[in-house]
Order: sequence, then structure tokens, then C-alpha cells
Amino acid sequence: MRPEWKNNRPEWDGFTFNKWDAEVDVRDFIQKNYTPYDGDESFLAGPTQNTKDLWKMVLDLQKKERENGGVLDMDTKVVSTITSHGPGYLDKSKETIVGFQTDKPFKRSLQPYGGIRMAEKACSDNGYEVDPEISEFFSTHRKTHNAGVFDAYNAEMRACRTAHIITGLPDAYGRGRIIGDYRRVALYGIDILIQDKEDQKNSTGRVMTDDVIRLREELSEQITALKMMKEMAASYGFDISKPAKNVKEAIQWTYFGYLCSVKEQNGAAMSLGRTSTFLDVYAQRDLKAGTFTEEEIQEFVDHFIMKLRCVKFARTPEYNQIFAGDPVWVTESLGGVGVDGRHMVTKMSFRFLHTLENLGAAPEPNLTVLWSTRLPENWKRYCAKISITTSSIQYENDDLMRVTHGDDYGIACCVSSMRIGKEMQFFGARANLAKCLLYALNGGIDEVTKKQVGPKYRPVTGDVLDYDDVMDKFMDMMEWQADVYVNTLNIIHYMHDKYCYERAEMALHDRDVRRYFATGVAGLSIVADSLSAIKYAKVEVIRDEDGIIVDFKTTGDFPKYGNDDDRVDLIAKDIVHKFMTAVRRHHTYRDGFPTTSILTITSNVTYGKATGNTPDGRRKGQPFAPGANPMHGRDTHGAVASLSSVSKLPFNDAQDGISNTFTIIPGALGKEDKVFAGDINIDLNK
Amino acid sequence: MDGQIHSLESFGTVDGPGTRYVVFVKGCPMRCAYCHNPDTWDMAGATPTKASYIIEQYERNAPFYKNGGITVTGGEPLMQIDFLLELFTLAKEKNIHTCIDTSGICFDPDNASWMETLDKVLALTDLVMLDIKHIDPEKHKELTGQPNDKILAFAKYLSGKNIDTWIRHVVVPGITDDDTYLYKLGYFIGGLSSLKALDVLPYHTMGESKYEKLGIPYRLKGVPPMDKDKLIEKKQVILDGIKARRAE
Repeated sequence: MRPEWKNNRPEWDGFTFNKWDAEVDVRDFIQKNYTPYDGDESFLAGPTQNTKDLWKMVLDLQKKERENGGVLDMDTKVVSTITSHGPGYLDKSKETIVGFQTDKPFKRSLQPYGGIRMAEKACSDNGYEVDPEISEFFSTHRKTHNAGVFDAYNAEMRACRTAHIITGLPDAYGRGRIIGDYRRVALYGIDILIQDKEDQKNSTGRVMTDDVIRLREELSEQITALKMMKEMAASYGFDISKPAKNVKEAIQWTYFGYLCSVKEQNGAAMSLGRTSTFLDVYAQRDLKAGTFTEEEIQEFVDHFIMKLRCVKFARTPEYNQIFAGDPVWVTESLGGVGVDGRHMVTKMSFRFLHTLENLGAAPEPNLTVLWSTRLPENWKRYCAKISITTSSIQYENDDLMRVTHGDDYGIACCVSSMRIGKEMQFFGARANLAKCLLYALNGGIDEVTKKQVGPKYRPVTGDVLDYDDVMDKFMDMMEWQADVYVNTLNIIHYMHDKYCYERAEMALHDRDVRRYFATGVAGLSIVADSLSAIKYAKVEVIRDEDGIIVDFKTTGDFPKYGNDDDRVDLIAKDIVHKFMTAVRRHHTYRDGFPTTSILTITSNVTYGKATGNTPDGRRKGQPFAPGANPMHGRDTHGAVASLSSVSKLPFNDAQDGISNTFTIIPGALGKEDKVFAGDINIDLNK
Repeated sequence: MDGQIHSLESFGTVDGPGTRYVVFVKGCPMRCAYCHNPDTWDMAGATPTKASYIIEQYERNAPFYKNGGITVTGGEPLMQIDFLLELFTLAKEKNIHTCIDTSGICFDPDNASWMETLDKVLALTDLVMLDIKHIDPEKHKELTGQPNDKILAFAKYLSGKNIDTWIRHVVVPGITDDDTYLYKLGYFIGGLSSLKALDVLPYHTMGESKYEKLGIPYRLKGVPPMDKDKLIEKKQVILDGIKARRAE
């Protein structure tokens, strides 16, 4: 408690105090100060000339980057840190929100701490070469996360990795998925945050156990990062040691916080959090005081979003293949409902979505609407309108997640929910369940490489698969898979903390964070359909010359996941529960809270390539269905039935998220708005 | 009793208000040239389905249909009026919004027992979507193979019973887009006091491939889909007719 924080603090004039003014608590600030907005979008302002000019510059750079084969410029000499690069601009005179990862836009930074080979390859694949001195330094003198991991891996882990039964592991690249509470920079300024971290350091245990030593070292790293943030901001001419005093500064300070994290971490998802309603408190105060006009505020927001669209990382073509493109996952969560029952939609929520109109549609930042049935009607309509015109909004179920996470959580990547500044995640890629089923049939022999990868359990011996026998073997094999998977992740996160610690993001967290130990599964619908085929139809096995089961002959029909048919849907549900139970049985690094996800949105193609024929009729190499989706074309009872199957999966056992990729032609959602708009009742009195 | 069902769609968004569970029945006495469901014309291949099964399926996913309900379409729902009665009786027990999408061709005022059943069904019906194919008797016969006198009588009957009615009309270039007839149509439906909405649909060619599959010659081969902008003008002509009638 630091009651003196509010002394001589003009930046906080007009705000309602409660707890946040004496301890770091952004949620408390928001709840005491935000203004829910029930109106429509008519107040919004269009783009200014400066916004149009700047955005045109960005589009030109994007075009040049494409023409250049996907990368415009790469830093090969300067290892990126918070302060490694001087300021960079598009056009300083026109930018209201500033800051790039390096000294110029679209120049990708060099980040070797995750792994020097990955950094080298990202450069060489794009026609650049890392300075040999840096390569030498990170190969000989300074160990990387990747090197640490491979020092500790055992033979089985390496074999599993090569065979892709566990896959996409963040062992050679940044794990990401940690969201700093960037709002803290704006609300408190760096000096208070440093003071708070010093207090935390003085509050650690006095017996120097491994945990205490690590915590103290990390807190020191965080304090260093905070000091560097101040220095970095100063290079752009801003003093962020004090709190932001208006909405422009609040956006700038928040962005600086985020910028520091992407200067130091090339993570698999570098999300922003939940900033809009926080920022609206400042906007409301400024509008009331006449400090800024609506047009000016929208310009700040447009420029902020523009900067987020320019975040770039050096990555290899293989990485881009796993993630289908070059995503950053700058996810920003909008709206939702508070635990006190008030919705959390503000004018700023509208302004954020409005950038899709002012700047045009774009996949980044990943604007995510936290959906509740209790959101205001005008907001729902505006979301629908922007979805129709830009196809750029992601929706997530706030009514489901609020129960676990309260009303100040954000989404990392696409579906991983966590309380901002209080929870973080150890990202854990996924386990290939479809392959695990095949291992169960073949006694641990990989159906593609024919190598013994899993344990030599008894394989299936008959010619026709028996459901109980297969389930039995599958459960045993899943236990093994969860075992090797969790242990592999334990090594990965140990080494990531040790050699590639996220000091900037963690500086914007509480001292004692809850760490979600995220796992994931791929191929759920294949496993469910395969088991259904075995149970309800007749599945004969076809063995190759070595006696390994490589194909199946299925006679008769069977219920398929995606048709609201409990006979198979409950198999899917049961598999998720059993997998999670197996994961929960294990020791997790730093007492991580185990979760799992069913969310492969793009990598399902890669996983499919590495997996042989499956009993459901899927052919070797064919892609898996994404996330928790039914297999392509097997849901034949319409969308509601398909969604209903997915909704049976237990969120309790898949707390890191369940995704269902749903594509529908506009005509199937209703008639075209021109022909049939809004209320169709004709007014007969006129 | 069993309904003779063509298919069940769990996510209907164009067959009445809200998201709806849509029951496609088999069998239809009409042979409309532009019908996009020719596979529902005859009874062959129908799936016998219990009304209770349909309600069960609906109830499983009831939250999806909060602002919607059940729509029976086809095919011609009134051909299976006893089944309809059973289905809607069960639906109303569960307070489900009910809708019939019909051509009205089965309307039979001279058949006392049929009319008795119809009245029972209508008492359980929240909305009738009545598709008037053409206002002119001759043109109607040409287009559908059936006269339209009963259909128009049905429209008036619904009005008299005060059953909420949407009139649907498909505009086909060169066939049902003549302004004179559209105005007449409007003038006719302007006289219906229970009219709640006008649903003017553009002709599309998506049904054509079904004809090929079924080996039925497609009578509208070469007719282009209806232009959306023109459709708005055509809708206005019908609205003008409605207004003229209302002004009287």
C-alpha cells in the first residue's frame, strides 16, 4: 500500500479513487471510472488527412515488402533490446502516436535469444546474413533457449518431436502468449511501477531456495526493463516516468509498453490485452474538459492501430507454414460485461472497431469482441455491420469465460484467456491425438516412419477392430503421450525462463502470477469419428509386409461428430476429459495450472501431412479439421447441429479454449440487406 | 402419425423471423417452373418422421432459436395437414413459434372435414408465409400447372381469421416481372388486413442442377437471375398497389 502515490498527482485529477491509487490495480480504476455507452456509432469521426497520408505510406511499404518477396529489411547486426534502436518514424510531422521496433518501419529486428539457428535461418531464407560475430557470440558465449532445451531433451522426446506425435513445440522460437498489462504504464508511469517492483523484491522469502532466488533475479530483470522503457520513450521525446495526463499520452504510454515487449520477444502470439475501455476513461475526461475533439481522439486511435499493424518479426518459411502466414496475433479484447452486471462497451470500443472503416480491413490487430447476450443492442448491430463489411472481427463467449476469469481478462493469440497482469501462460503447442490412436493400434510404432517411437505396448492382433480393446489400448497410449508431452514442455519452459525471459511483459504483471500450463490437442474429430466407426460399423485393418497397420476397410455407416448425435459427440467429450485428466496427473513446471486447448486453426494442415490413414476414412496426409471442427463435409444436419456438437465439449477440461472455424456464404445468413433490411414489417398506414 | 419428410435443417435463416428449425416435407401438387426444390415434388424417398422426434431435435438446441421457431415448408405442408396439426400441437405445448410456408393450393372450402382440421392448425399457427406465384389466373396456370382461385381465396380466409401473413413473391425476369401484374398483386394483397410483411424474392438459378440430377427438363433454361437493384424497383410497384388499395 502506497497512499502517498496520489499526493501531488495532477494526472489523476477528476478520477474517482478507490484502491487503485495506492496499489497497482488497473481493473479497480476501470470499474470506478468508466462510462458504459449505449448509443450508436453516429458520433464516430472519419480519417483525417494525416491519417490517410500515413496509411498510404504503410500501404506502399506493404506493397514493396510483397514485391521484395515478403521481407523489406532485416537487422543483421544489432541484437534487439528495449533500447537497442533509436527512434523510427513514417513521417514524424504527421504521426500522433510514435514508435517502431527498430529505427525504421518494416525493418525486422534480430532476436537470437530464442535460438541463434532460427534467427540465422530467418535471415538466410530471406536473403540476409547475420553478422558472424553475433552468430559466434550466441553459439559460444551466450546460450540460447533452443540450446538449453536440446541439452535437456532425452531420446524419447526427440523421437516424438521428429515423428510429430507432439508437434509445433516452442523449443526453437519464442513461446509468446504472455500479455503485459500495458495500461499500467499509462495509469501509473514507470517510476511508481519501479517502486512497486522494489517493494515486491523486498517482500520475497528470506530463505534462499531455488524459487526465491529465481524470483529475485526475475524481479531485478523486470526493474531493468522498466528503466530501459523510460530510456526508450525518452529517445522519442517522452517522459513516461510519470502517469499519462490525457488520452493521447495514455495511448502512447500503453503503446510504448507493448512496443518494448515486441522489441525483445518474437513470440508465437504477442497480444495487446484489453485496453479500449481503460483508454475511454481518459477520452471521456478530455472530451469533457475540451482537451481534444472526437476527431482528434479518433486520429490517435487510428495511428495507434496503424502502428500495431506494422509489428513485424523475422521468421522462417517453415514457421510461417505452421501458422499459415506471418501472424503476430496482436489480439485486443473489446466489450464484455462486468461482474457487477454493467456492460463494458464504451465509445472507445466503437473507435477501435471504426479503425476497420477508417483504415480498411486487416487481420491485425486481431480485434476480438467479448460477446454476451447482455451487450447493448447498438453495439451488437455495429459489430454485425463491421463484420459484414470487413470480415475482420473475432467473437468469443464472454458469458462462458467471465465465470472463470472475471471482467478484466484478455485473449492471447486466438482463444487463450487470462486475467491481465495477474495470469500468464506457458504456451505448449499440441499433442497429435490421431497419431496417438494409430500408435495404440501398432504398439507404439509410427505408421509413417515405421520406427518404434512410443512404448512397446501390445498391438492390436485381430483383423477387425474391437471398440473396448481399442479404447483400452488408446487410453494407455494417451497416458504415455501426456507424460512425454508434459515433460517436454517442462524442459521448454524452464529453459525459456532461463535464457529468453520476458522481462518487459513480466514487469507489467503482479509479483505472484498464476501460470497456466497450456497443452493442446489436434485431431479430435478424427479420433471421435474413428472410434465411432469402430463402435458402430465394422473396421477391418490392413497390414503392410511388416505387419504394421497402415490402412482400414470400413463397412457400414457410423455416427459422425458434427451432427448433434450423442453417440459420437460424447466420445469426443470423453476423450477431452481423459486427456486432461492424464495431463493433470503430472508435475508441471513452476506449479503451472494445467489447461488444454482444441484450437489448431491453421496448423491442422501440417499435422495432417505427418499422419497416416485413420479408421474414420481420412487418407494419409489429408489435413485435420481445424480446432474442434467436425471433419470436412461430415456435418450434414446444418449449422446448429454442427455447433451443438462442438458445444458439448467441456470448457472445464479445455480452459485454454475451444475453437470452431465456421464459414458460411452470406446468403445463408439471411437475405441481402439491400433487398431485405432490418424490420421487414411494412408500414401499412402510410 | 408419421410425417413424410424430405429433410430437416437446423439453421434456417431465410424462412421466417429469427433462426429457425426448418422441416421440408415431401409432396407438392404444384409444378412451378422456377421451383428450386423439385426433389420434394413426389412422395418417393420420403423419410417417415414422428412429430415428437422433430420437437425433440428442436428442444435440444432451443437456445439457438430464441428469436425464431419452427417453419414447415417443402413441398407443400398443407398436403400433410394431419401431421401438421400433430406437430404444431406439440410445438405449442412447448411455446414454440410456428410458421407454415405454403402455396395455399390445398385450400378446399367445400371440404368440411378438411376445413375443420385447417381451423385447428391455424389456431396453433403464429405465421403463414403465403407464396403467390402470379396474380393472373391464366399466367398462374402456365407457370405452375394449377389455377390460383383457391390460393387467393386462402389469402382472404387468413385475413378473415386474422392470421399473421407474409406474402412472398418470386420475381423472374420476363415471367413475373411485369409491372401491370405486380401492381395488381399489390392491389389484391392490400386488401388483406392480416398482412404483416412483403417478401419479394429474386429468381436465382441454383435449383437448375437439381433438375439435371433428377432428369427433369428445366423450363427456365437460359433465364438469367433477377437483378437485385431492379428487384427493389419491382418491390416498390407492389407496394404502390398495396397503398392504392389501402387508400380506398
